[in-house]
Amino acid sequence: MTLVKHELGQGKTSFFIWTFSIGFLLAICVFLFPEMKEQMEDVNDVFASMGSFTQAFGMDRLNFGTLVGFYAVECGNILGLGGAFFACLCGAGILSKEERDKTAEFLLTHPVSRKRIVTEKLAALLLQITAMNMVIYALAVGSIAAVGEEIPWKEINLLHLAYYLLQLQLAGICFGISAFLPKGSAGIGLGIAAMMYFLNLIANIADVAGFLKYITPFGYCEGADIVSTGRLDGGMLAVGAVMGIGGIVAAYLKYTKKDIL
Amino acid sequence: MEMIKTAKLTKYYGKARGILDLDLTVEQGEFFGFIGPNGAGKSTTIRTLLGLIAPTSGSARILGKDVTKEKQAVLRHVGYLPSEAVFYRGMKVKDLLKLSADLRKTDCAAEAALLCERLQLDTSRRIEDLSFGNRKKAAIVCALQHRPELLVLDEPTGGLDPLMQKAFFDILRERNKAGATILLSSHVLSEIQRNCTRAAIIRDGRIIACDSVEVLSKTSAKRVTVHGRVDLGSLRGVRDRKGGKDSVSFLYSGDMGSLLGALSAGRVNDLTVTEPDLEEIFLHYYEKEGQGV
Repeated sequence: MTLVKHELGQGKTSFFIWTFSIGFLLAICVFLFPEMKEQMEDVNDVFASMGSFTQAFGMDRLNFGTLVGFYAVECGNILGLGGAFFACLCGAGILSKEERDKTAEFLLTHPVSRKRIVTEKLAALLLQITAMNMVIYALAVGSIAAVGEEIPWKEINLLHLAYYLLQLQLAGICFGISAFLPKGSAGIGLGIAAMMYFLNLIANIADVAGFLKYITPFGYCEGADIVSTGRLDGGMLAVGAVMGIGGIVAAYLKYTKKDIL
Repeated sequence: MEMIKTAKLTKYYGKARGILDLDLTVEQGEFFGFIGPNGAGKSTTIRTLLGLIAPTSGSARILGKDVTKEKQAVLRHVGYLPSEAVFYRGMKVKDLLKLSADLRKTDCAAEAALLCERLQLDTSRRIEDLSFGNRKKAAIVCALQHRPELLVLDEPTGGLDPLMQKAFFDILRERNKAGATILLSSHVLSEIQRNCTRAAIIRDGRIIACDSVEVLSKTSAKRVTVHGRVDLGSLRGVRDRKGGKDSVSFLYSGDMGSLLGALSAGRVNDLTVTEPDLEEIFLHYYEKEGQGV
């Protein structure tokens, strides 16, 4: 538990900045909704007829004039991208920062097994992501209630659950990759988050690239699908779970044997 | 009993040589010096002993326990002072000391307070605000506060002022007297000569000499530079002689009295006698090795 506590302390600033940035932006968007709703009847047609751009963000299937439709798109972009960046940065950094900052020499010469170090760091990572999602969920629900809209519980819950799982999957993948890098960098984390996001946009635009939805976790976070079907895609979730858990297993296998230079 | 024992310990980084067939034995209670130029394999040896890197072949044991298989049990008895003391950002010295103690599941508060007082380290300061020397002190307290049976020190005095170096070595000698084994890696020869009982010299990944410091020091010559005219013809133990018109410089390992005699017989305008640099001593050891083959 010593390390978990230590990690949470080390990641405190970053956690608060990311959580409140995402939460704040999400709340702002919700607060803009009542004003936009009145204009939406005209705008909806415009948004729905922008060709590929419309498709990319799923706006051909969502009604921007309803809170659910509006929230699914906005949420996708703010919580999806912001949460993915945070999860990837944390996941890629939590192990490799010890080597980058040369603190590994300090940590690993204490009588703590490498397995235990990986486990406690993983626990700290999951705790941070979980805490962030709970705060953001509360802010989202609170702001919807504050603008006087009825809360679409089922859709909101499913959307937030999907993005939570997305963050866990990406964090797991980055965690695994970072164990293999001699000197990990934030660039890898950001790169993976951005790549996954754009893979989904491509999959939305081009039908031939539809298989990409199985590679990127943004596939099962598609607001339009979640709102229209009322569930998450089990197949995509399963592939995602395999990737995320695979990353974590790889981290254990590699880090317990790694030469710390 | 043997504190450290390595047998044919070898480490390659890919194709690059780290250490080769290293056989090193350090007895319990020894103050052991480990000398060698940069890149000779000192740090590789230490990092292998601490389980930071895995050996390519051969074995290393501390207190009879294999450093790879029983790493945790080994590290419980070891205190390590890295050459570059780097710590987590945003922590105060006391938080760091507490973290180190917690990771060892021991309460070292009393010992830590004692050490901080002797080294004049303010524990309420943030580590990143400390000077290099003060950060080193924090690292020293981390390495010593749990009273380890084996202390591994990698170039420990860098950044410490002479007074602190003295305080530090005083503490080390006390610990040594109380039974702790100390492995001191350094390229400052005088440090080894003053403190250690035995030493090993490592070069190009191999141990080229391992003996008591007395024996090693006898063979280590002085570099003498004389400005003026002196006759060195009758002196024994002069090597590596380089000279200009009015000056001569040589490595001297013979009797000091004869040297003084020769100097006073000549006309000396200026004289310097210095420790030869490490390179020269290594050359000496190479020559000896060469003769043996």
